[in-house]
Amino acid sequence: METVTLLQPVFDTLLGLALLWLAWRALASPDLFKAIVLFITFGLLMVLAWVRLDAPDVALAEAAIGTGLTGALLLAALTRLNSKSDAKSVHEKEQQRKAHN
Amino acid sequence: MKKSNNAKPITENDSRQAQFRLLLAVPLSALAVGLGYAVLSLPSQAPGLSDHVAAKLEISGVSNPVTAVLLNFRGYDTLLELGVLLLALLGVWSLGAAPKRREPSPGLVLELLSRLLVPLLILVAGYLLWVGGHAPGGAFQAGSVLATAGVLLLLAGWRLDTRFSGLPLRLALVAGLGVFLLVAVVLMLAGGHLLEYPPSFAGALILLIEAAATFSIGTALAALFLGGRPEKGSHR
Amino acid sequence: MIPAFLYALVGVGLFTLGLYALIIHAHLLRKILALNVMASGVFLVLVALAARTQGMPDPVAHAMVITGIVVAVSATALALVLMLRVRIATGRAELAKEPLE
Repeated sequence: METVTLLQPVFDTLLGLALLWLAWRALASPDLFKAIVLFITFGLLMVLAWVRLDAPDVALAEAAIGTGLTGALLLAALTRLNSKSDAKSVHEKEQQRKAHN
Repeated sequence: MKKSNNAKPITENDSRQAQFRLLLAVPLSALAVGLGYAVLSLPSQAPGLSDHVAAKLEISGVSNPVTAVLLNFRGYDTLLELGVLLLALLGVWSLGAAPKRREPSPGLVLELLSRLLVPLLILVAGYLLWVGGHAPGGAFQAGSVLATAGVLLLLAGWRLDTRFSGLPLRLALVAGLGVFLLVAVVLMLAGGHLLEYPPSFAGALILLIEAAATFSIGTALAALFLGGRPEKGSHR
Repeated sequence: MIPAFLYALVGVGLFTLGLYALIIHAHLLRKILALNVMASGVFLVLVALAARTQGMPDPVAHAMVITGIVVAVSATALALVLMLRVRIATGRAELAKEPLE
């Protein structure tokens, strides 16, 4: 029990540093897919932080929304962003239409 | 990262960008230090409103303080928050139709896994909803678990039948807000204030509102995942 | 006591990090990620400061954060769809420096 209470500040510090580092990597990573996956990992560690702060309700909400739903939304948007078919062609059609007029 | 088709030449901007970042780091670190100082200068003991909540917990109808705050003491927040969810969905729907699916077959693993997981997720959502009265859980958590089940179904290629994607879907979306408002107005007409539950059956009312809200939150979040207005035969 | 302030400082750090990334990145998906990191920082500060009690942490702050998480995810979904519309309209997932045409 002694060691557990002694280790708690160490764990808190490590978790805080890991949160900051993951957020930094997620925001600075050149690859968008990697950035999103790092962001999901960041959300998972946030769940741990909520539990450490005695907020199990928030931890549950974050686990379901912050990691699950936000990650799915971001990945789906990235897939649609990378799919060639819609973006460019519509833009070019618009340009052509303007040129005709 | 893929470069967009008309990206500007980066080389000449590079040094200026680095300068800008360095310049930006100065005020932002000042901001961080200031905020950190403000946080550290707060008293280390501040009970906040927890004593008030603990004192009134008995008449709220539930024994989980967070649910009591969400659904009873600060019911306005939750009511308007359901409205915000609907507004966001309205915005998404007004920006265009949901994209057509490209690949029709989701693969064996996803299909079998979704068949296994979706009933389990619905069960977990029901459990979270029920347990929210006296332990961590509640409408938002249950709703988001329900939405996760919906997202899994969408990923597996399941779509709502055309019969249900019109009025029934919209009814499901507004059920939470509707039930909440209905309870509030009925209670107000019965002689109380808006959103003031009589303590004797506050628990049942909260469960009723939470059940409707869970259903609506789940449907709305899954519909948000679809990323557009469902055309003929789409959605959850 | 100590973990509460530690996590509050981590929240401040996340907020600043997110603000920095929000300003320097042009890509809209990165801006959305940065906004989410900022939101996580704010939530962390709120919940950490609510934990400064002897017994039960302040449930009002927890309820507000749960509401905030749900609002954040719906705002993210709307922002992602707007980003896709920008991409369809202009061919790029960035805001134009000068008005088009």
